Amino acid sequence: MFDWLQHFADWLIYSVFGISAQTHLGESLNFFVLDTIKIAILLFLVTILMGIVNSYFPIDKIRNFLSRHQMYGLEYLFASSFGVITPFCSCSSVPLFIGFVKGGIPLGITFTYLITAPLVNEVAIAIFIGAFGLKVTALYVGTGITLGILGGFVLGKLKLEKHLSPWVQNIITNAETEEALEEEKQTLFQRFPFIIKEAFGIVKGVSLYIIIGIGIGAAMHGFLPTHFFEEYINKGQWYAVPLAVLMGVPMYSNAAGVIPVIQVLVAKGVPLGTAIAFMMGVIGLSFPEAMLLKKVMNWKLIAIYFGTIAIFMIISGYLFNIIL
Amino acid sequence: MKQIKVLGTGCSKCKTTYNNVLEALKQTGIEAEVVKIEDIEEMMKYNVLTTPVLMIDGVAKVKGRVAEIKEIKELLINDAPIP
Repeated sequence: MFDWLQHFADWLIYSVFGISAQTHLGESLNFFVLDTIKIAILLFLVTILMGIVNSYFPIDKIRNFLSRHQMYGLEYLFASSFGVITPFCSCSSVPLFIGFVKGGIPLGITFTYLITAPLVNEVAIAIFIGAFGLKVTALYVGTGITLGILGGFVLGKLKLEKHLSPWVQNIITNAETEEALEEEKQTLFQRFPFIIKEAFGIVKGVSLYIIIGIGIGAAMHGFLPTHFFEEYINKGQWYAVPLAVLMGVPMYSNAAGVIPVIQVLVAKGVPLGTAIAFMMGVIGLSFPEAMLLKKVMNWKLIAIYFGTIAIFMIISGYLFNIIL
Repeated sequence: MKQIKVLGTGCSKCKTTYNNVLEALKQTGIEAEVVKIEDIEEMMKYNVLTTPVLMIDGVAKVKGRVAEIKEIKELLINDAPIP
C-alpha cells in the first residue's frame, strides 16, 4: 500500500540528500520521512471516514437507542461498538456519563461505552495501521471492544450505584428513557466541509506529539541494534505485562506520540502483547479522566473502575504474548 | 438582547468557542449577554452529551465541536439552525 512512499523516502534521503543507506543517520531519516507522511495520510483518511460514520450516528441518537433497547446482553456489544465510532475527548466523559444514566441506561453499559470510547479512537486506529499494519490494528480494535464489553459487564454486576455522587443518584431515580431529539436537517454533502475541517483540526492537534514520537522512534530505529530490548524485556518475565500497563496510565496526553516509539520497541525485540498492554494503559486509562470522574463518583468507584480495566488489559497482554 | 451560553468543562475547545463568541460579537457589533457555564451540575440541566455547546437564546446551536467565528456571526444575524 505504501511502496510508493518508501521509494519517495529512499529517493529523498539517499539521492537528494546523499546520505548513505548504510549509515545510522540515513536509516533514521528515511524512517522519519516515511512514517511521518504515512501516519499523516492515514490519520487524515481515518478521521474523515469516522466523521462520515459519526454524522449518521450522532451521540444523542446512540443514547436514545441504548436507552430504548435492552436485549439480552447484546446492548453491551452495541455500546462498545458505538464507542469505537464516536470521537472522544476526555473532557466530554462526565457529561456523557450523566447523559447516559439520565436516559435510564444501566451503569454497566455506560461503563462499557466509557471504556471503549477512548481506548479505540480514530487517532489510535490511524497510527496503529501506520505502525503495525491492518492485522494488528484489527486485533487491537477487537480486543478493545471485547474489553469494553467484559469490563462494563463485570462493573454492572458489582452494584456500584451507591458509590456515585448523591446528585447523580438523584438523576438516576428520575431517569427518563425518552428524550426529545432535534432532527438533523443537513445532508452529508452540507456537513462535509465541517467533517474535513474537524479532520484537519484533529491532525493538527496531535501532529506535534506524533512528530516527537516518530523522531524518538526514528533515532532508535537507526541507532539501536535489532534485538536490543530482547535481553531486558521478553516473554519470560511474568511481571513485564502488569508493569507495562501501570507505566502506561500516567502517559496520557502523549498517546499519539507513544505508538511510533512502541513500533520501534517491538521491532527491536519487545514482545507485541506486552507492547499492546502498555499502549492500552496509555490510551485507555488516564489521570485527567480520573479527576473528571471524581465529580460523579467517589474514589472507591474510580479505583474499582480503573482496577477492573487494568486487570483486563493485563490479561489481554498475556493472551497476545501466548498467541502471537 | 440575545443571551449566549457556552457550556464546557474548561477544555481548550471550550475556551476557543468562548473566545470565538466574543470575537464574533465584536465584529458584528451585536450586543449580547455571554455566560460561560463550567459547573457540571449546572451544565447537565441543559441535557448536553458532548462539550463544548453553544446556546443562543436557550437553543443549542453547536454541539461537541468548536463553533467558528464566521459560523457564530451567521447564527447571530440569520438565527438559522445548525446542527
